[in-house]
Amino acid sequence: MIDPLPKVKEIRKAFMEHTHEHAPHLAHHFSEMEQQRESAKLGMWIFLLTEILLFGGLFTVYAIFRAWNPDMFYNAHKHLNVFLGSINTIVLISSSVTMALAIRSTQLGNRKRTLIFLAVTLFFAAVFLVIKYFEYQHKFELGQLPGKYYTYTGIEGNNPHIFFSIYFMMTGLHGIHVIVGMGLITWIMRKTSKNIFSAEYYTPLEMTGLYWHLVDIIWIFLFPLLYLVG
Amino acid sequence: MESLPERNYLNDPRGWKSWIFTLDHKRIGMMYLAFIMASFVLGGIFAMLIRLELLHFEGRHLMGAQTYNQVFTLHGAIMIFLFIIPSIPAALGNFILPQMVGAKDVAFPRLNLASFYIYVFGAVFAVYSMASGAADTGWTFYTPYSATTNTSVISMTLGVFILGFSSILTGLNFIVTVHKLRMPGMTWFKMPLFVWGLYATAIIQVLATPVLGITLILLILERLFGIGIFDPAMGGDPILYQHFFWFYSHPAVYIMILPGMGIISELIPVFAHRKIFGYKAIAFSSLAIAFLSFLVWGHHMFVSGQSQYAGMIFSFLTFLVAIPSGIKVFNWLATLYKGSISFAAPMLYAFSFLFLFTIGGLTGMFLGALATDVHLHDTYFVVAHFHYVMMGGTVMAFLGGLHYWWPKMWGRMYNEFWAKIAAVLVFLGFNLTFFTQFILGSKGMPRRYYNYPDQYHSLHALSTYGSWILGLGFIIMAVYLIHSFFRGKAASGNPWGGLTLEWTNNSPPPKENFLETPTLKYGPYDYDRPLAEGQGD
Repeated sequence: MIDPLPKVKEIRKAFMEHTHEHAPHLAHHFSEMEQQRESAKLGMWIFLLTEILLFGGLFTVYAIFRAWNPDMFYNAHKHLNVFLGSINTIVLISSSVTMALAIRSTQLGNRKRTLIFLAVTLFFAAVFLVIKYFEYQHKFELGQLPGKYYTYTGIEGNNPHIFFSIYFMMTGLHGIHVIVGMGLITWIMRKTSKNIFSAEYYTPLEMTGLYWHLVDIIWIFLFPLLYLVG
Repeated sequence: MESLPERNYLNDPRGWKSWIFTLDHKRIGMMYLAFIMASFVLGGIFAMLIRLELLHFEGRHLMGAQTYNQVFTLHGAIMIFLFIIPSIPAALGNFILPQMVGAKDVAFPRLNLASFYIYVFGAVFAVYSMASGAADTGWTFYTPYSATTNTSVISMTLGVFILGFSSILTGLNFIVTVHKLRMPGMTWFKMPLFVWGLYATAIIQVLATPVLGITLILLILERLFGIGIFDPAMGGDPILYQHFFWFYSHPAVYIMILPGMGIISELIPVFAHRKIFGYKAIAFSSLAIAFLSFLVWGHHMFVSGQSQYAGMIFSFLTFLVAIPSGIKVFNWLATLYKGSISFAAPMLYAFSFLFLFTIGGLTGMFLGALATDVHLHDTYFVVAHFHYVMMGGTVMAFLGGLHYWWPKMWGRMYNEFWAKIAAVLVFLGFNLTFFTQFILGSKGMPRRYYNYPDQYHSLHALSTYGSWILGLGFIIMAVYLIHSFFRGKAASGNPWGGLTLEWTNNSPPPKENFLETPTLKYGPYDYDRPLAEGQGD
């Protein structure tokens, strides 16, 4: 028989007995908050890994087609608006900062400041999408569209429609992630205003933060790859 | 008749609402099991139709060529995506894994339920595609044909895309459960080997499935917007699709087989009453297979125009997979050596697995050899090979596990006599169906063909007769399992004398898995110790 350490015995007892005092946010199958928090974090990181692999497919497509058509990529990228792209990069990085500040405020127990920082994050996300909208609209007007809908004639090189297929897929998939992120931030703001989080328990907020940073980082790769080819 | 424990996960709480909103991993596993068995029946019906058509009885056809293409596509897609991939992890794994590690549930119970409903949602798309002009591309959806055919490729691939999410979430849940929810005292090397198998599977599910997701999205966009990525006329490359597809789908083959190997690692020590031989070797070989699975996808493309050098490297890496697989088989055999073997139904399936998987694995080596593959690729030899691995391997392990844990799931025993008859029929029918296909393939019969010259007829006919024996075996199994479900004799908590934690429970287990704190009295395979201590429980 394996003799467990006394400490282990204690945990085991707590595991089985529903009578011991529960922290308010501790699910029944965890024995302590620490275990629950660590599980959520590990799960979130694995999820982010799957996101990277999802985008990884598109990055692979990008690498292959750019290697095959370097001149076309160079010519086509000039039709993207570097100024707007830069603004959006700054906007997203700032939103990551405000997200981090929101988490910090919760750790310090300041609910009002958390709400303000989350609102600013949400605002930056909206600015990003509005700018993206104007960029898309401009390309729609010129016929710089993906694949067989491509009607623009001003770009030299082989198959410039492929560049725009890739551009719209990558930024589109990223845009969907921004929209999902805005939904998450709104949900977190509601929870914060209901006073659910405290310095001891703010896991959903932290997870949303991790997700938002991933969305930000993906853009930081997209921007140079698409806008700064030459 | 003995009665079941008064309070168990099946009746606590009662009512259909408590089932559809349940967060209990055992109930979710059983709901998965119901859908998976239904998918198996559906895919099986398509399989029987394929064999019936190829009988060419008195030179007549059962269906048109177009219908035939749709039927084999549906057979493949349903069996792969709706049945085999979720079969062991989502149904048996969900039920057993938390019990085996002494936890009350998986790490994220709500995510677990979500993954079940995502599976159902994806299945709806797949079934809808059958009604709306079923895809005729084969389960691989190769471009350029899949981008141009006017059958419903989009709803099928969208279904598979959604099913992928379900698979990812199950894998994620299992990884976190194994890392964070093992009971105190259960170190990594005290985990049962089924848990190791599920863990290695989960890693592949998490890392490979997103790539399938983006591949299918690219295919759908290709059909909708003609994005040109896979279309050579627009500067794209159809071979790129194959690379993307097999980057997932080869690891997916190991998503199917690894948990099966885990089950065999449980069955053999229990029914040989002997400590597993080479525990660590079996555990690490699961991780080695998971790792190698990502490096061999190119062996599906030896003749599709990839470079010869790539082919050579992929061939070499493919041979490497034989090493961890061989380690497992030899360790299982060594466990049997001098064991006192009882030939209960689950053990018959374990023996079937050993026999069939070994043939399937070795014929995989033929196909992994470059020159041999030129002759054998896209013939019935390939069909026979992967059926020996998928059905002879995974399905046999699944059936073994299903019988082994059946008393734990429902608290009732099945009829052992009929279970043995069914196991023997399935084994014989399987070999008659698929061994003939090795011969057909080596004689040059291409796969997926609707018509064939007369010289192949007798072998095709034998194969079809085999499928009837196989079908009969499954019908018998369905009858005695359904009978057991309603009327079976009550099972004790530990009918097989297993040492893993789920057998310390009632059958069926209580809602919270353990009535009292689980203790690690023995390691999972310490069959020598209870005997030495004169207890023999």
